[in-house]
Amino acid sequence: MDKLRVLVVDDEPGMRLSIQKALRRFTLSLPELEEAVEFDTELAETGEEAVQKIRENRPDILMLDYKLPGMSGLDVLDRVRVEESEMVTIMITAYASIDIAITAIKQGAFDFIAKPFTPKELEKTVAKAAHSLILARQVRRLAEEKRQVRFQFISVLGHELKSPLNAVEGYLDQIRSRILGESVTAYEDAIARCLVRIGGMRKLIADLLDLTRIESGQKKRELCAADLAALADESIETIMPEAERKGIRIRLETERPFLIHADPAEIRMVLNNLFSNAVKYNREDGKVDVRLDRKGAEVRIIVRDTGIGISQAEAARLFQEFVRIKNENTRHIEGSGLGLTILEKITKLYGGEITVESRPGAGSTFTVILKDNPEGRP
Amino acid sequence: MDEKKTILVVDDDIDFAAQVETALKGAGYAVIVAEGEKQAEALLAGMRPDLAVVDLMMEQMDGGFALAYHIKKRYPDVPVLIASAVTAETGLEFDAATEEERSWVKADAFLAKPIRPEQLVREIKRLLRES
Repeated sequence: MDKLRVLVVDDEPGMRLSIQKALRRFTLSLPELEEAVEFDTELAETGEEAVQKIRENRPDILMLDYKLPGMSGLDVLDRVRVEESEMVTIMITAYASIDIAITAIKQGAFDFIAKPFTPKELEKTVAKAAHSLILARQVRRLAEEKRQVRFQFISVLGHELKSPLNAVEGYLDQIRSRILGESVTAYEDAIARCLVRIGGMRKLIADLLDLTRIESGQKKRELCAADLAALADESIETIMPEAERKGIRIRLETERPFLIHADPAEIRMVLNNLFSNAVKYNREDGKVDVRLDRKGAEVRIIVRDTGIGISQAEAARLFQEFVRIKNENTRHIEGSGLGLTILEKITKLYGGEITVESRPGAGSTFTVILKDNPEGRP
Repeated sequence: MDEKKTILVVDDDIDFAAQVETALKGAGYAVIVAEGEKQAEALLAGMRPDLAVVDLMMEQMDGGFALAYHIKKRYPDVPVLIASAVTAETGLEFDAATEEERSWVKADAFLAKPIRPEQLVREIKRLLRES
């Protein structure tokens, strides 16, 4: 249970105590936040006392009488007003004067309540203020979390970009210092690794740009009638050289043509990521079975490999940015760590989902479900 | 000539491991590379290196610490050098930053990646009391 602190500033002892009494009994339930809020009240008799108390320990809600003996309520507001203050103020006015209310709100008060008021009216006003306060705090918290996520993403990205640079720099250093002698042939392995790492970096940058485009919503989606089977052929063609190097056979089972309403560029990204993973994480002489089918309005892309597989715990983390499952089987495999994140983001654009079934050592099956008509067009 | 001293290099970054291997061989050491803590543990059961260079973050987040501890338990007088790319800038704060942590962690030296080969050789010579 959350507690909000209310400072009641009024020169009439009866008014202070009756507000305190009413708020002590009051519990505000916020079903949408699944929480209830109670109120702790503190009292002040004069404007000067209020300013001091606010400066010492800022309350969440300030209930401030307009008409105080020395310093007036508006003076108090003037003195304690802080930009983006986390305090909401309710002015208590003796005369329901619009002028005073307007001045008070201009000076940062949230609301006003006119004397005399009933406990119900008090509760209503306080509830409104509490609501607004809690909402503002939540918005701030979300913004903060977003900043954190962003920061973490950029930190890891920086690390991922630096790592190939370090590797290439290290090899170049060795070549420059002729650590293995004068003959170029001695450095062939080093040069080959440099090229692999630079290729990996290029892929990371390309993936990053894809991801940014998808996330920003800047990329114009070009939805049209596309042949999923032809796109799959194309994508298999792209991955073929790598598959052949590892002796992997790719089989595609589909109706032809397989027409869907989609953005071909997006579907290409989905297929390329799926197929490239199925080959990359496969064993030598393994198999990749691709099946395209539909169930009602849903289109399913099922890719089964005979690769290293992953545990359930690993599968749960798989779609997070830069999560690459690190173990002795994956060490020699290059990857940006963004492929599956991109896949999942695109799948969501089609109101679909991606699931993985896997057994370590036996292989994985990735199933992508896309809704055929993402925009409800015929 | 003395028999070559053997350095065990444990790192899952195959490029870093290869570069360290080349540099250390160039400096006159025998080098054995393990690509992870499991492989290192298996190797250690059958051999006593003269020094170990261990990466901090491998399969397990703190794999290097655990491995360093095991090496020290088995061979208390083998110097262990921990190499780490984990710094505040990665956003992952996991490092032996304070003296207290350094004393708790069983390592004789810490080096932050990227590590220059000369720097590594110098540090190894110091730990082996060759300089």
